[in-house]
Amino acid sequence: MILFWLIALPALGGVFALLAGRRSPEAARWISIAALAAGFALAIPYLGRATETGWLAEFSLPWIPRLGISFHLAMDGLSLLLVLLTYLLGILSVVVSWRSIDRRVGFFHFNMLWILTGTIGVFIATDLFLFFFFWELMVLPMFLVIGIWGHENRNYAAIKFFIFTQASGLLLLVAIVGLAFAHFHTTGVLTFHYDELLGAELTAVAQMWLMLGFFVAFAVKVPAFPFHTWLADAHSEAPTGGSVILAGVLLKTGGYGLIRFVVPLFPEASAAFAPYAMAMGVAGILYGAKLAFAQSDLKRLIAYTSISHMGFILLGVFSWNELALQGSVVQMICHGFSTGALFILAGCLYDRIHTRDLSRMGGFRDQAPRMAALGLFFAMASLGLPGLGNFIGEFLVLVGAFQASVPLTVLATLGVVAAAVYSLWIVQRVFHGTPHSSSRITDLNLREFGALAVLLIGLLWFGLYPKPLLDTADKPLRELRNHASERFERATELRRHGEAVFRIPDPGAQTHPVRRTDAPETHRHSAATIALP
Amino acid sequence: MNAIDALAILPLIIVAAGALVVMLVISFYRNQTVSALLTIITLVTAIVSLPTAGGVAPHMVGSLLRIDAFALYYIGLILLASLAVTVLSHSYFEKYRMERGEFYILLLLSVLGALVLPATTHFITFFLGLELLSVSLYVMVGYIFTKERALEATIKYLFLAAATSAFLLFGMALIYAYTGSMAFYDVAVVTQIERTPNPLLLAGAALIFVGAGFKLSVVPFHQWTPDIYQGAPAPVTAFLATVSKAAVLAVVLRFVHQAGLLAHPGTFTALAVIAVASMTIGNLLALFQDNIKRILAYSSIAHFGYLFVALLSAGELGLEAATFYLTVYMTAVLGAFGVVSYMTPADREADTVADYRGLFWRRPAIATTFAIMLFSLIGLPLTAGFMGKLLLVSAGIAANQWFLVLWLVLNSAVGLYYYLRIVVAMYTRVDSEQSDESHRPSTPPFALTIGAVLTVLVLIIVLMGVYPEPMLEWIRLITYRQ
Repeated sequence: MILFWLIALPALGGVFALLAGRRSPEAARWISIAALAAGFALAIPYLGRATETGWLAEFSLPWIPRLGISFHLAMDGLSLLLVLLTYLLGILSVVVSWRSIDRRVGFFHFNMLWILTGTIGVFIATDLFLFFFFWELMVLPMFLVIGIWGHENRNYAAIKFFIFTQASGLLLLVAIVGLAFAHFHTTGVLTFHYDELLGAELTAVAQMWLMLGFFVAFAVKVPAFPFHTWLADAHSEAPTGGSVILAGVLLKTGGYGLIRFVVPLFPEASAAFAPYAMAMGVAGILYGAKLAFAQSDLKRLIAYTSISHMGFILLGVFSWNELALQGSVVQMICHGFSTGALFILAGCLYDRIHTRDLSRMGGFRDQAPRMAALGLFFAMASLGLPGLGNFIGEFLVLVGAFQASVPLTVLATLGVVAAAVYSLWIVQRVFHGTPHSSSRITDLNLREFGALAVLLIGLLWFGLYPKPLLDTADKPLRELRNHASERFERATELRRHGEAVFRIPDPGAQTHPVRRTDAPETHRHSAATIALP
Repeated sequence: MNAIDALAILPLIIVAAGALVVMLVISFYRNQTVSALLTIITLVTAIVSLPTAGGVAPHMVGSLLRIDAFALYYIGLILLASLAVTVLSHSYFEKYRMERGEFYILLLLSVLGALVLPATTHFITFFLGLELLSVSLYVMVGYIFTKERALEATIKYLFLAAATSAFLLFGMALIYAYTGSMAFYDVAVVTQIERTPNPLLLAGAALIFVGAGFKLSVVPFHQWTPDIYQGAPAPVTAFLATVSKAAVLAVVLRFVHQAGLLAHPGTFTALAVIAVASMTIGNLLALFQDNIKRILAYSSIAHFGYLFVALLSAGELGLEAATFYLTVYMTAVLGAFGVVSYMTPADREADTVADYRGLFWRRPAIATTFAIMLFSLIGLPLTAGFMGKLLLVSAGIAANQWFLVLWLVLNSAVGLYYYLRIVVAMYTRVDSEQSDESHRPSTPPFALTIGAVLTVLVLIIVLMGVYPEPMLEWIRLITYRQ
């Protein structure tokens, strides 16, 4: 039941904020914070139980039995971490929008809370269709947040965001339904439940195509090179709160999907595809970093650093070993913190000087020392300074990936060097040098400082004592690996020795890791006679 | 005809009687509200009589009509949609100073024609129903003949519909020449016995499909759609887009399944080509439109392409998916045209995207309604369209129609753009000088009734989007015995 409330609280909070917003904007803000804080408080106690086996909590209701779909929620340590991240960044994004959003306040918070509802749903849904439902649910409110409260070029960015995510989402739907029906054809049971589909026996061809369907949807969200083009527009045009949610939480749904679904559901196909996926990750790391250098727009710059950092997650997941996976999870959380913080800082600057143009910034260190200090701190976090959370994430990913592919890891390490350059570049352009204009800016106020302080403490904690974080993620990751590692590694071995794991265009090429089953394609014309439950 | 026959076709009899009553009353007392009220009473009575008819179902009325659960479902759907159209028309025509009462006679006759079609098992009733539906529609399309483009639309519709009727008749004649029967069942027997269908039979079926394809406005029989959608009064467009298409689709579903046409690879390929072409052309052409009625016209071409995917996915789930999707689509389109008729002032149609600029901030309720309808057409979660898409994809995948499903998905992504344009226009803020009183939409007459209809439509959309199971179960039952 608590899982249900984790979703219902932000959803209801959004509705109440909308209603209250007509009378008093302040009320809408406080309602949002209260709803999110309540959800956060509900989820916190599970941290203590994170080492238990299996799901920490489950909730299930029949929904569409006709198609074997149920309203099934379940949470393990991995979900829990991301749910907590979502709530925390949700609260902070409401806090930093306090002054900058001054029109349609109720509707703004409605949309923000519904994005969070969708995100939390994604993290705890264990029915694949329900997962897709939440996956799609977060798109529309984000579209509205960008489109209504965004900057100059908002409509273009909003539509681009919508079309990218929706198109990839529909591929995901086809892949999910395809998986459920492939399972149905072999077992006679039509279900969308994750635990049961984990054991689905698929032919090589089916596995490969379905895996690609899932992968593309998640790769767009992560975003992985070459599906990243929507991100910079969406980030730079979104209002501060929207950017924080987008970078901090929404992108993580892609990484979560890769860990939870892609490899465990399709181990052999993932192993066959792993070199390409890892190469995409590395390409993202380097290309994102290169593009970040070229930006004159602060938010765009931070957006491209996101692409670079998220590349590590792709690299880590497809290495599929303990260290790399741990690293990916840590990287997801810490990237949420550090990039969220950088967007908050960019928002604070925008509120003061009404531009995101780097060439019109400079010399703010003297006028706003607190902002400059925090800016330096989060830039250091972003570049992966030892002692801060991102270092742990990137380091673990690199160590793990080293076992999977040495050349790719070496290339990825160059990304860390590049990160140092662009992070310091931000600090230098914004805070150092001579003041660009004579107008003074005010330093961070208490509200902004408080929000950033929370993130600062988090990053320090994860950097200096990451054990609680690693422990919480350990159990679920171990279970996922128990499930998929054997098949994944065997397929990887085959690939290394130059044997075909399976060739994509040839349905006959079923080498031994893929169990031969009655394929959906052999049922080509028998579908007319199926009797669904 | 015996008493059971009469009971089975009670809804049809009631609508026919209603048309007569409206005609008689008009000759004594001419008032649009009275006519509309009588029409509503007729339709409601017909709906109430459905369980009575259901009591004797399944029942063959001669060899002409088969009243079964499938037919009754579509009859109910048509009656409900017509009810909504009546309410929309009442408010819409109130703005015009002309004789309007007669419109409702035409409407009822047209509904009667539409009601015959889902129950049709014979070419005679097919043709009669279709003609009754179309002939009344010719007049309805141009009813407000003073309007720009109204006459153009009428003439176009008249000529094209008459020509396709000729095709239809010729096709029926060819099939009759070969099989010696006009009953679907006999045709089915012949097609099932012969492994390779006779060319005469195939040519006949193809010609009949030209007739049906025209009504469904699938490519390549689609060219009339945007012009007529644009030229006709908004409620009539709603009628064309929902009732007329639902009725014809019901026949097609029954005929295709009963006659076992899909088993023949040639027919399958032809229908698949039509599906793919409709999806592609409908969506691509909609991208270039600035007129909302034209956008909806092209989008309807695309949506019937989607529906054909379900039609081609033989099997139980295919029929279910088609029926569910059609229901969902009708609800959303009725809502969309309801909003257009709500917004339309007397002098012109409010049908350009510009008319809706900033509507969200001026009239949040109506704009939200419109947005929900568009979201359902896109297929976003919490709307019925989302579940509709799930069913289409499931049906296609269950039948292994991967290419069609992927094409459908690709097309929905293309389709996003033109729906989103309308949504973006609605929330774009207008400068204060533009949003003066002259641009402010006036409340239409009888805004309350039209508002009530729109509210019900929104509720249906949301309810089916959140909890579709009862509806699915119901549709499964009615298609089960098909």
